[in-house]
Amino acid sequence: MALDPTTIRRIATLARIRVEDDRLETLSQELNGILGWIEQLNEVNVDGVEPLTGGAQMAMKMRDDAVNDGGYPDKILANAPDRNGAFFAVPKVVE
Amino acid sequence: MAYAIEGATGRWEVVVGLEVHAQVISQSKLFSGSSAAFGAEPNSQVSFVDAGFPGMLPVINRECVAQAVRTGLGLNAVIHKISRFDRKNYFYADMPQGYQISQFAHPIVGTGVVEVELSDGSVKGIGVTRLHLEQDAGKSLHDQHATKTFIDLNRSGVALMEIVSEPDIRSPEEAGAYLRKLRSILRYLGTCDGNMEEGSMRADVNVSVRKAGEEYRTRCEIKNVNSVRFVMQAIEAEAARQVEVWESGGTVKQETRLFDSNRGETRPMRSKEDAHDYRYFPEPDLLPLVLEEDWIAALKASLPELPDAKKARFRTEYGLTAYDAAVLVAEQATAVFYETVAKGRDAKIAANWVTGDFFAALNKTGATIENPPVSAADLGALLDLMANNTINGRIAKDVFEAMIETGKDPATIVEEKGLKQVTDTGAIAAAVDKIIAANPDKVAEYRSGKDKLFGFFVGQTMKAMAGKGNPALINETLKQRLG
Amino acid sequence: MLTELTIAQARAGLEAKQFNAQELTEAHLFGIGALNPRLNAFLTVTAEQARNQAKAADAAIARGEMKALTGIPLAIKDLFCTQGVRTTAASHILGPFVPPYESTVTANLLADGAVFVGKTNLDEFAMGSSNMTSAFGPVENPWKRRQDESAVLVPGGSSGGSAAAVAARLAMGATGTDTGGSIRQPASFCGLVGVKPSYGRCSRWGVVAFASSLDHPGPFARTVQDSAILLGSMASHDPKDSTSADRPVPDYEAACKRGVKGLRIGVPKEYRVDGMPAEIEALWQQGINWLRAAGAEIVDVSLPHTKYGLATYYIVAPAEASSNLARYDGVRFGLRKDGAELSDMYGNTRAAGFGAEVRRRILIGTYVLSAGYYDAYYLRAQKVRALILRDFTDAFANVDALITPTTPSAAFAQGEKMDDPIQMYLNDLFTVGANLAGVPAISVPAGLDSNGLPLGLQIMGKPFDEETAFAVSAEIERAAGFSALPQLRAGV
Repeated sequence: MALDPTTIRRIATLARIRVEDDRLETLSQELNGILGWIEQLNEVNVDGVEPLTGGAQMAMKMRDDAVNDGGYPDKILANAPDRNGAFFAVPKVVE
Repeated sequence: MAYAIEGATGRWEVVVGLEVHAQVISQSKLFSGSSAAFGAEPNSQVSFVDAGFPGMLPVINRECVAQAVRTGLGLNAVIHKISRFDRKNYFYADMPQGYQISQFAHPIVGTGVVEVELSDGSVKGIGVTRLHLEQDAGKSLHDQHATKTFIDLNRSGVALMEIVSEPDIRSPEEAGAYLRKLRSILRYLGTCDGNMEEGSMRADVNVSVRKAGEEYRTRCEIKNVNSVRFVMQAIEAEAARQVEVWESGGTVKQETRLFDSNRGETRPMRSKEDAHDYRYFPEPDLLPLVLEEDWIAALKASLPELPDAKKARFRTEYGLTAYDAAVLVAEQATAVFYETVAKGRDAKIAANWVTGDFFAALNKTGATIENPPVSAADLGALLDLMANNTINGRIAKDVFEAMIETGKDPATIVEEKGLKQVTDTGAIAAAVDKIIAANPDKVAEYRSGKDKLFGFFVGQTMKAMAGKGNPALINETLKQRLG
Repeated sequence: MLTELTIAQARAGLEAKQFNAQELTEAHLFGIGALNPRLNAFLTVTAEQARNQAKAADAAIARGEMKALTGIPLAIKDLFCTQGVRTTAASHILGPFVPPYESTVTANLLADGAVFVGKTNLDEFAMGSSNMTSAFGPVENPWKRRQDESAVLVPGGSSGGSAAAVAARLAMGATGTDTGGSIRQPASFCGLVGVKPSYGRCSRWGVVAFASSLDHPGPFARTVQDSAILLGSMASHDPKDSTSADRPVPDYEAACKRGVKGLRIGVPKEYRVDGMPAEIEALWQQGINWLRAAGAEIVDVSLPHTKYGLATYYIVAPAEASSNLARYDGVRFGLRKDGAELSDMYGNTRAAGFGAEVRRRILIGTYVLSAGYYDAYYLRAQKVRALILRDFTDAFANVDALITPTTPSAAFAQGEKMDDPIQMYLNDLFTVGANLAGVPAISVPAGLDSNGLPLGLQIMGKPFDEETAFAVSAEIERAAGFSALPQLRAGV
């Protein structure tokens, strides 16, 4: 319910957004304010209610198994911040 | 005698569950129209959807759904007519969207069972908990550059079936048998080629240990093991490690590990440390997957005969032993080959030749059953030549070697080499008489009781006839002459 | 003045050869040149492309091939990926990204002959109700307070740039997206018609995703008829979008002429909130009276879960957004800030590339989906959402449309309501319900407040019954006779 700095750090790590130490306090207040406000949903009786997952209630259409996309590596790589030949490059990950 | 690890404090049993990721055979990917084929130039089979560009959306491939249903049917499992997709959220460079579209709460296939035959002849049913569809990730190459990892997204978005077993496996052998059987079923169905070396089938191995009668203890997951042999080795290594931890007073930590095949041990996997919170929620870009009863029935009707059914039929129809039947049905192509040879012929002789000489030839030439060194028709013709006494069994083996070498059919080889069996009683009698005359001492020994020498006479006669004598007639004539 | 024409009038004028497409486009480009430096409605002006498109339009007209929007200059919210034209989502994180593909909605407009004059400013990633969160500066509302013309007012958001552009006559119409009110609220603040169609009516393919189950592309225009023309072009069934409705697109323009005789119009009592300004209440009553006078029957209805709409929205939208925005990671496109390891690169890139409101919402979204909290927040919110939909379904069993105010106030000034995020969220009080339920909703300019600022009334319809919503909106428009003009506009 109330977000302490440790929880905020954990959430920020999950979201891969770096949060500076001096921002933690303000962020904590803002987020706790919002969370406190949305707590009002606890008043609602939701017994036996199925969750809604989208405004459209149709059954899903399936497409044919045809190859009609891909095959344009230059377009795929064109916007890459670090392109190395036919690859995207990122800082090395140690498994 | 159940598999167990003898520890300092007693016997430990191992509990294993396998999560197999099987790449679906299809032309295009699960949610996009780019090619799912293996081995292309990097990033050449990637669409904007696969690469997670802004505004891109998934659209499901009907054939991938069909393949999952076929597989479910092949595992004797429940097909869920309504299933849903969820997002599994985590960051990794080969996961462009920052989430994988998978199925969490409502998978397309429910509980099933895989029957495995063990070396002691027993049959065990390993439960399947579920099968669901999900996207594969791209490939990270860590060894191409000193400080950078290279990303190839060709595989990103290819359809995977995740097949989860119940933790019913109790030994490395059972695990191996399960994987081989599962692979066989998938290949029969044509839903996955089961090629672990190429990565189209991968196993995550969940291992825990316990003393008999205990509740389950903590398990560790060994990820992405890419051969049956390594799975079996990994289970042994990990079980041993866990036993040692428990026995030294420690607690096994739940973690994700990798199997190092060079060292024969498992070690923790670094990048997955804090990835446990996947924040699953229903995929809002997709609707529920609803399958029609008729559609499922049509898929079921078009399934090929599966290994277990085929094996049972081979035993009743051809009178084969359980062992022979199992060997012949392991690969569908082998079973087809065998039946072509056996049709209208002595099934057991056919089985001996296929599992014996023919398999040996495959090994020696390195050929595959799809491109055999000898065709089924030709092998059948060879059996015919023996059955109608044109050649004997010994000569047949020579003919078979010649068939492999020259690619010619057996009748032609027999003709060209003049290998027809001699059934002329006169010629046989003459040969027998010659051998008897040449070995009076042995004749005397035989007549005085040394029965084993009969084989000597048979061999000598056959040699004198350049192997072409009819064995039955030789035997008969020798018995007459020797008394 | 060419820039004062409606789309319908321009269409007629082009056909009658009173002027040509290039003249029409030039007039708008001139207005943009004059006013955009101040308004900041456009992030990218595509003058050269517009001139080429206008030239092609004239050639088509000469061949007698006039389509629904041939030669009509439109503005495109910079959330729609436009091929070859930089698309930013008003964020630094997209960097210099130039989409190699065209969104389905904008492709539909281009296929109908439209001319695109530029990409409009918005709240970053469509998160906001004032256009103040844009990484490229705020947008000035072309409307000024009568008593205080120096105050710089917000156009509303998130589609603030599109609204300002159309209001200032820099374009004849515009596209927007509406996730919690982001078309209707700015339409109300800028004296325009804004349409949020049914969910799935317009394809989301190629639209930068904010909250997938709540995002609705839709049009801005100055008249109901114009907005019907635009929606008719934008809407389609798109096989590339699995949530796209497979339904034919009716003749919305014709529906505008239906009238409201015999229609049952519901007034949801829960939309009358404590502390509601008297002007809003009065306008609402005025709208009800207009409809009654035109032959509609007015019915009191109840949407009992109305007050929970905002809280529901502020759980579901950030949750979906936290996942949709995970792809902005510096690997394949956009901004990248280096880091020693991959994790650092992600953390630095996203901290630098996303603004404060976006970061807040991603963190909230991540939290409400996280282990241990999913049931209490996200799952619960989706259940309340089901109840909100049920409220609408029950009400629509009894009435054909609903009438409510669009916003709890007129446009406020930059800097007002900025300290507390929740104050800003309350702007969407009347609009979020339609997003959560997926029902069509139209805001129609109905009157002015005591400062001379526009106020809108909202008409909501049954799912895929945009036609009735257009018919009722057209009647409101006719009765209101809204003719006030913003102080800042082309040619003035």
